[in-house]
Amino acid sequence: MTEATGTARVKRGMAEMLKGGVIMDVVNVEQAKIAEDAGACAVMALERVPADIRAQGGVARMSDPDMIEKIQAAVSIPVMAKVRIGHFVEAQILESLGVDYIDESEVLTPTDYENHIDKWKFKVPFVCGATNLGEALRRINEGAAMIRSKGEAGTGDVSNAMTHMRKIGGEIRRLTSMREDELYVAAKEMQAPFALVQEVAATGKLPVVLFTAGGIATPADAALMMQMGADGVFIGSGIFKSGDPAHRAAACVKATTFFDDAKVLADVSRGLGDAMVGINVADIPVPHRLAERGW
Amino acid sequence: MRVGVLALQGDFREHLVASERLGHIGIALRRIEELESIDALILPGGESTTMALLARTYGLLDPIRRRVADGLPVYGSCAGMILLADRILDGAQGQETIGGINMTVRRNAFGRQVDSFESEITFAGSTLNAVFIRAPWVEEIGEGVEVLSTAANHPVAVRQRSLLATSFHPELTSDLGVHRYFFEEICR
Repeated sequence: MTEATGTARVKRGMAEMLKGGVIMDVVNVEQAKIAEDAGACAVMALERVPADIRAQGGVARMSDPDMIEKIQAAVSIPVMAKVRIGHFVEAQILESLGVDYIDESEVLTPTDYENHIDKWKFKVPFVCGATNLGEALRRINEGAAMIRSKGEAGTGDVSNAMTHMRKIGGEIRRLTSMREDELYVAAKEMQAPFALVQEVAATGKLPVVLFTAGGIATPADAALMMQMGADGVFIGSGIFKSGDPAHRAAACVKATTFFDDAKVLADVSRGLGDAMVGINVADIPVPHRLAERGW
Repeated sequence: MRVGVLALQGDFREHLVASERLGHIGIALRRIEELESIDALILPGGESTTMALLARTYGLLDPIRRRVADGLPVYGSCAGMILLADRILDGAQGQETIGGINMTVRRNAFGRQVDSFESEITFAGSTLNAVFIRAPWVEEIGEGVEVLSTAANHPVAVRQRSLLATSFHPELTSDLGVHRYFFEEICR
């Protein structure tokens, strides 16, 4: 029996298993356990949630391996962790820890303002953020096995996630309506590899799983993103910056499964306590918007 | 046949597609009412903890157990195998299963995602490319369980009466062999 590890099918397949689920940011073992008990399909282990990174400022980097290993030991669901854009050594370190997915994330301070990580070189799969289809296809071309719309992390304002989901979906629909000989220019305009543009035009979807992220704070936000065509949801600050995290986490999991059932959504939206206070994206000066990071 | 695919979380869409490609009607199953009308059930890949929790919360666990006891044909892949096991190892605290196959299944037995792999294996006499993702294996089988495939010296496909379970994910490949076996050998 010859076993092939780290193949595109194995990496992309891992993301298929997360579909219809919620991936929650956690900063310690206690939060990781709350997330698992609430039905999270994975956790993202990091030292500061995006809302705190935003509030405290400074350079945000990969988390301490000790902290990641404690979370790996505490839960049985997959554990993801973040590296800075372009920081392939942080990625090598996380791979050696055996994290299940690496998020090459704009939430941390970028390391390389031109290049992202060559993700084909790794056995561990990567998820990357995107604000539009061209960006998503560039990341897939570099080896990303999963894409998430970026939104604006740490705000509790879902408007940017909405914009990005509409943009990615709209650009996919546009490609499917084009003549084959128009795809060359489409690829040029969106600065994406022609072969991937052709594939999306033929299939009407990304070749990898598409989650959504950034600003999701309520069960209704999660369901909205699912109705917009997301395969699943990342919730960062929205859960553990709220009044009753365990209750809200379980509600978001149910809302993601029953995203098209308003009765269930009404039911799970009751009595959740305070949502995270949040910041309107419009009030954040453009240079401080995380979604602008990525090239 | 009307084939229900448990659609609480995971890659249920791929199992719906495989069922439809073999000429059946696929039904995404999330509610008790939908359970009444189906002739067969598939439990997909995904997170077994998430699925078990949602199945418990929405009252699906006991009605599914009753239909399994009445002989409903069920196929479970990966997380679905865990859900069909009478006993599990390395589960989350208090993790429940549907049960039905007299076996002990070890969760994430092959390791973490960096250890996930694909490999040629023999399934019920034919060869197929099997995709294992943070996959479980069967640690021990009891009376009445037939082993259909092995990998790393552990059973990775088993059958007991009308129940079929695989550690791997045939729904992620274009090979319909395992689904065909389920519909033709088990559901008839």
